[in-house]
Amino acid sequence: MDKEVAIKIGGEAGFGIKVSGLILGKTLFNAGFKVFGYSEYPSLIRGGHNTYQLNTAKNDVFSVTKKIDILVALNQESLELHGQELNNGGVVIHDGLDIKDIKDIKDIKDININLMDLAEKAGGALTRNIVALGAVMNILGMDLQLFNQELEREFGDKGVKVVAMDKKAARLGYDYLKKFKIGAYLKKEAGSKAGDYIMTANEATAQGMIQAGCKLYAAYPMTPATSIMHVLSAKQCDHHLVVHQTEDEISAIGTAIGAAAVGVRAATGTSGGGFALMVETLGLAAITETPLVIIESQRTAPATGLPTWTEQGDLQFMIRASPGEFPRFVIAPGDALEAFYMIQEAFNLAEKFQLPVIFLLDKLLSESDFVLENIEQHKVKIKREGFINDNELERMRDYKRYELTKNGISKRALPGQLAGVHVINSDEHDEYGYSTEASDMRTKMMDKRFKKLEQMMAEAPEPQLYGPRNADLTVVAWGSVKGAVIDALREIGDKYSVNFLHLTYIWPFPAKRVKKVLESAKNVLLVENNKTGQLADLIRQETGFELKNRFLKYDGRPFFREEVIKEIKKYI
Amino acid sequence: MAVVSAAKFNTSISPTWCPGCGNYGIWAALKQALFELNLEPHQVLISYDIGCCGNGANFTRTYAFHSLHGRAIPPAVGAKLGNKNLVVIAVIGDGGAYGEGIQHLIHSARYNVDITVLVHNNQRFSLTTGQATATTLSKTVTPTTPFGEIKKPINPLLLSLDSGASFVARGFANDGQHLAELIKAAVKHQGFSHVDILQPCVSFNKENTNEWYRSVIYKLDSHKYKADNLLRAKEKAEEFEQNGKLPIGILYQQERETYESQIPQLAGEPLCQQSLEGIDCLAKL
Repeated sequence: MDKEVAIKIGGEAGFGIKVSGLILGKTLFNAGFKVFGYSEYPSLIRGGHNTYQLNTAKNDVFSVTKKIDILVALNQESLELHGQELNNGGVVIHDGLDIKDIKDIKDIKDININLMDLAEKAGGALTRNIVALGAVMNILGMDLQLFNQELEREFGDKGVKVVAMDKKAARLGYDYLKKFKIGAYLKKEAGSKAGDYIMTANEATAQGMIQAGCKLYAAYPMTPATSIMHVLSAKQCDHHLVVHQTEDEISAIGTAIGAAAVGVRAATGTSGGGFALMVETLGLAAITETPLVIIESQRTAPATGLPTWTEQGDLQFMIRASPGEFPRFVIAPGDALEAFYMIQEAFNLAEKFQLPVIFLLDKLLSESDFVLENIEQHKVKIKREGFINDNELERMRDYKRYELTKNGISKRALPGQLAGVHVINSDEHDEYGYSTEASDMRTKMMDKRFKKLEQMMAEAPEPQLYGPRNADLTVVAWGSVKGAVIDALREIGDKYSVNFLHLTYIWPFPAKRVKKVLESAKNVLLVENNKTGQLADLIRQETGFELKNRFLKYDGRPFFREEVIKEIKKYI
Repeated sequence: MAVVSAAKFNTSISPTWCPGCGNYGIWAALKQALFELNLEPHQVLISYDIGCCGNGANFTRTYAFHSLHGRAIPPAVGAKLGNKNLVVIAVIGDGGAYGEGIQHLIHSARYNVDITVLVHNNQRFSLTTGQATATTLSKTVTPTTPFGEIKKPINPLLLSLDSGASFVARGFANDGQHLAELIKAAVKHQGFSHVDILQPCVSFNKENTNEWYRSVIYKLDSHKYKADNLLRAKEKAEEFEQNGKLPIGILYQQERETYESQIPQLAGEPLCQQSLEGIDCLAKL
């Protein structure tokens, strides 16, 4: 059966909703189903409302739907908030709740299980989620053994007793469902894994950083960037990588720049608010021409905003942040696999061009679970460029750190090298690095830094056009919106003539390519997860094209696939 | 002869400080200390704040990282973590160390990273024409405190002692030999060293002049004062508030494991020399 199934688990925060949901996701993945896992939670440790939604299918799935097929409601709030999301014929699993909220849904299958009773029978109230997921396994028509294997992997380190208890809980839930005659949603097949890994974009970014040879990550915790720090911290000893937690974000970027200045591949990461604190030092990286990778995972802003929700509100900020003018890269991957590759490119580009590279994620990417398929671990080669060895330095006799060159790139001697002593200078400086306020040198140094732009544009990969070259409608989006658009296009199928221009290397702006695509486009729809259409404004600025059809969303939620489909259909 | 050889730490650029500025004394003492420690310019990285002292980046021949106001310490920490073989020093004014970037002083002291922080403390924002800083004495009239400073000044030595600094000293800009010894001891010390350097500003501080300093400072006698007791050090650090005297010398020194020495990843080659060949990030997944 090729039908996609959407399963949502809802309950009180603090009860492992996400962990148990991901166990189910991994079970499906290992059985050959693609999954996309999306979590919603408030900025609370306990007591708020949490959900985890799994969309699963035989084919690729990179987005979340509004409508669901199975709702595991662990509290009344889950029914109130999400009951109406159920499709006709949907299944609700609950523990003696009042289902008045969903009475009007056609053919609703009401599975009222005494979850707590069964959990206690299994050995503990904490296994309540697992009982429910055992029931879901039955509804999906899958072998419980697959789920048990995942329980072993997840809880193995907690001891045999815990695993046995969870397995019993799952069995009780699974068996309880036998008396309800619900047709299997997915046919259990002895399929092999549906890809290589399940990872969030944060996890993929962290792995990519290690692969790229990042040796220092300085950061201050901030949702939704923090899990990058968690992954790197856990792996730091295996890779001579130091994760340094600083007193604030200013110190985080300052520490990273200090390490970068002595030749280490270094990075920092945060969300928009933390990035705001880093901005002055961003300019320092620029004028000192120090390679630096800065990861910014956007959340719903300004200020504290909705700390655990998603948005694409920081694009223009990333492009313009800092007093003064300087070239930089802004790279925004569209999924976890792109994050894995592009973060590696980010380190190469930072080092080659000796400037800051901003790597832009958002909560949807950072905390959603993606299937990574056909991952090529060594696709991006480490290219160490711009250094100068001791012999060369000594032969030179008159080393100039900021030598005015044709392409604006000058060789970096590193602190510790005998013949390369110089000032890495935050003041405007001459070729040696000494401070100067002379008008001609100021102009020359600005021009030097900007000379890099041409080559930067030539080396940045162009935006990708998905679908037919000529179409009745061209959808334009950047970053995380990719998943919803790609899935929408697949779902509506070939009978609609739509293609999709996805921007990832956004700055310097790929004006030529975007202009070319827009020139031949019959109709254009911009889809952006913010209030004003920042990419659309950027496109107007850089190409002169006015994108009037803007589908914008800024309620903290990502685009649901159905709403993208509905919007697309308006234009064709 | 020693003085002549310390000249290897001069660049081709002459200092632009005001005649009589305390920076000359600190600058000479710093170069003398580096020379007497048998260091070469390329072995040293100095991270500079913005301000009069920061302009020293152009006059002092070592690797220099001229940072932002208040932000000399984080790059110093990053450089030390990145290349533990470098001697790393941060040169900051009282504005940057005790005002704008005070958190960096507190926290790097706390985890005892092996860097030396030299604070040029002249009680003024001098480069911006003499406004009050966190160390300006109460009642002082400055352009921003026309009716006299209301706020109580910070006690920087108490602050770093309380923050866990393992080496805390105070020096005087115009006692070069004594200061050079302090800087040498601070650089040699394995761990976080904080040297607060009393510095007259001839242009914008008419109260705390060379003569004034000479009337209130006295040298700690290393035979009588042992710098191994935190409580005693705090008493010494508070003497000015108690009896108007400013002891100079090493107030406190403690052998404590450095931050870097407790990070296993830093045990071998410095991070900047780690090979990037054959990395397998997915090995244990």
